[in-house]
Amino acid sequence: MTDHPSQIQTTFAEIQSKTEARASRDTGKVSILIGTATCGRAAGALEVVQTFTDELARQEIDAQVSQVGCMGHCYAEPMVIIQKPPYPPICYGYVTPGIALRLVEDFVLGDDPCLEFALGALEENELIPTVFELPRFKYDMRLILRNCGYIDPEDIGQYIQGGGYSGLAKALQMRPEGVIEEVKNSALRGRGGAGFPTGQKWDICCYAPGTPKYVICNADEGDPGAFMDRAIVESDPHSVLEGMIIAGYAIGASCGYIYVRAEYPLAVERLTIALRQAQAYGLLGDNIMGSGFNFSIELMQGSGAFVCGEETALIAALEGRRGMPRHRPPFPATQGLWGKPTSINNVKTLSYVALIITQGAEWYRGIGTEKSPGTAIFALAGKILNTGLVEVPMGTTLRQLIYEIGGGVPKGKRFKAVQIGGPSGGCLPESLLDTSIDFDSLSAAGAMMGSGGMVVLDEDNCMVDTARYFLDFTQKESCGKCTLCRLGTKQMLDILDDITRGEGRCEDIDLLIELAEDIKAGSLCGLGKTAPNPILTTIRYFRDEYEAHIIDKCCPAKVCQELVGYYILPEKCERSCDACVGSCPTEAVYTAKRGIKAIDQEKCVKCGSCVDACPPQYNAVVKISPKSLIPPSPPPKDG
Amino acid sequence: MVEDELLKGKVGEVLDSYKGERKDLIPILQQMQASFGYLPRVAMIEVAKFLCIPGSSVFSVATFYNQFRLNPPGKHPIKVCLGTACHVKGGERILESWERELGIKVGETSKDLEFSLERVACVGCCAMAPVSVVDQAVQGKVTPTRVKGILLSFQLEKEKQE
Repeated sequence: MTDHPSQIQTTFAEIQSKTEARASRDTGKVSILIGTATCGRAAGALEVVQTFTDELARQEIDAQVSQVGCMGHCYAEPMVIIQKPPYPPICYGYVTPGIALRLVEDFVLGDDPCLEFALGALEENELIPTVFELPRFKYDMRLILRNCGYIDPEDIGQYIQGGGYSGLAKALQMRPEGVIEEVKNSALRGRGGAGFPTGQKWDICCYAPGTPKYVICNADEGDPGAFMDRAIVESDPHSVLEGMIIAGYAIGASCGYIYVRAEYPLAVERLTIALRQAQAYGLLGDNIMGSGFNFSIELMQGSGAFVCGEETALIAALEGRRGMPRHRPPFPATQGLWGKPTSINNVKTLSYVALIITQGAEWYRGIGTEKSPGTAIFALAGKILNTGLVEVPMGTTLRQLIYEIGGGVPKGKRFKAVQIGGPSGGCLPESLLDTSIDFDSLSAAGAMMGSGGMVVLDEDNCMVDTARYFLDFTQKESCGKCTLCRLGTKQMLDILDDITRGEGRCEDIDLLIELAEDIKAGSLCGLGKTAPNPILTTIRYFRDEYEAHIIDKCCPAKVCQELVGYYILPEKCERSCDACVGSCPTEAVYTAKRGIKAIDQEKCVKCGSCVDACPPQYNAVVKISPKSLIPPSPPPKDG
Repeated sequence: MVEDELLKGKVGEVLDSYKGERKDLIPILQQMQASFGYLPRVAMIEVAKFLCIPGSSVFSVATFYNQFRLNPPGKHPIKVCLGTACHVKGGERILESWERELGIKVGETSKDLEFSLERVACVGCCAMAPVSVVDQAVQGKVTPTRVKGILLSFQLEKEKQE
């Protein structure tokens, strides 16, 4: 296979020149890049695209409008980058159709780059401050997000021009064992959550008896609160394909599957386009770049089962069965899909592979910490200012991530906890914010890297409710195979339900801990083994909140509905304003004597509409817990 | 019964593009759902015959995965995201608002077959939480008032057509 390195080089050079020829035609034009991944679309990016194209057509301006993926700065969506030489590329945030019109008029036609809408320039220059001076950009170290938001995911040419597929070309000139050796030396650890060394997995798979062998890309990102796999697949699908092809070459597989969630329709669409283009360029299929290596990739849509993120369950789903995990060993690396050796890798893991091949294992090991080299990607969400995706070197502390990059908790609220790793992870309190982000430190603190969801909770979030939420999720998603997971999670959920309703008993906390340990010990797969983590960590760090619910029947954060009541403060109520009365869907808010508004606790469904409706200058509607503290309601005006 | 025959014909069209291997079961069901909006009983029985497996195997797969539904959806499916970020930002409140405004519970379809309401685990737009997916469009930062607004716009649209 490796007899023709020169031929591979020539074929790849031909492919590169093909894309360059296409690119050179486009230079000199104004280029407008608009982020239209799912998150951008939710913020109205498609309307912005429409405005730009309509306006450019109306004014008969020859400019290129491209839809790119997600830059990860979801808080500032829709985002637009305008490249107009000699200006540096400028990045704009919070773009509306109105701002789009201004940008065309003043910047594309005129010479005013409208800096009032700009986040900054993307290159060093003398005119405009760069975005890298913003803390949100400064700490970013973009390895696998490098292309996200900068290239058109539906154009393979842009990926190749940025150095794409050169990792594959280099790998094909190496011996497969050499590729595995390089990945092993890089100490790359699987980014699906468990952190198993990728090189070792490939090694086992490569030497396992049995053919054919398979490569599976796990893009079944079922973890609520994590969306980095979606962003990568939607914004830079070729980096995943390149990693898969290299993996296939290394372990001697000729066929790969991508298992992607059906809930991500745009990801499916962009992967389909990427596969077709890679095939057309001879980067997939038979005799790739003249190397004699054949590889094909099929797309399979996951049908929405969280447990299918577990590798043996994922294999069952691919085989057309119920996605239930089986006992390991044998591990999929020796007996996987249809009993054949199978390497299952996460989207992020595969995205690193091409970089490691081109830049070398040494380079990769130089980033991050000794035991967890490389970068970590987190999806920042919840009560944090700068939501979105961040990629930082391993070893960054949680405090840096939340306060410096994330901008801290909005509206001056107090930070309470950070939930890391989704339903399998844990909640860490403020005292642990100096924990370094890497596989081992997070596990030691009781959380886990997981798939990288990071949800920040503030003083308005109830920890018992948060624990209940995650358990409710895992309990519903438990496949039912292991008794302890199936019945144990249900029992724990019932207990938590009681506590949040104010019917908890003092011994419940110890019972929860006991059940949690049993479920961990008695479950086959990661779902059951980690399902109790959110409860264990919240009890460990926020036991006082559990006790307040049980003993005082009080929800300190005023979240648990059964323990909370709404009340209108008579001294703050404006009286002549009827906003709250009009907003109430159940007519629970009424007018009492002297025009003061009051709430009928029997009728109130606790939807919170009156809180939103009450004008901020009065702020008269408050939540009170426990309910016994609510003063009695006055009689209605006309008796 | 005439309807069943018609359905069977359509099922046949879908099946024509498959070889009849067991691994095709989930893609077939996905395609069925895409064309019918749900998995009719007759269709599942046809699939079982086609793949030479018991009907119970088809049913067990169809009921295991969240994606599949066994009853027809509304004309405008509404999916309320209850992922972590949406939960933290009050997703349940939004779900309750939809239930109240539509007069149906989650998992149900309104009597006029206009709307159906579902909960989903996460649509991956956590930064825009709380999120609802109405038809295919992702609506970010939804509030109870916004729920009313969205339904009002459907009503206006409908009145305009009439």
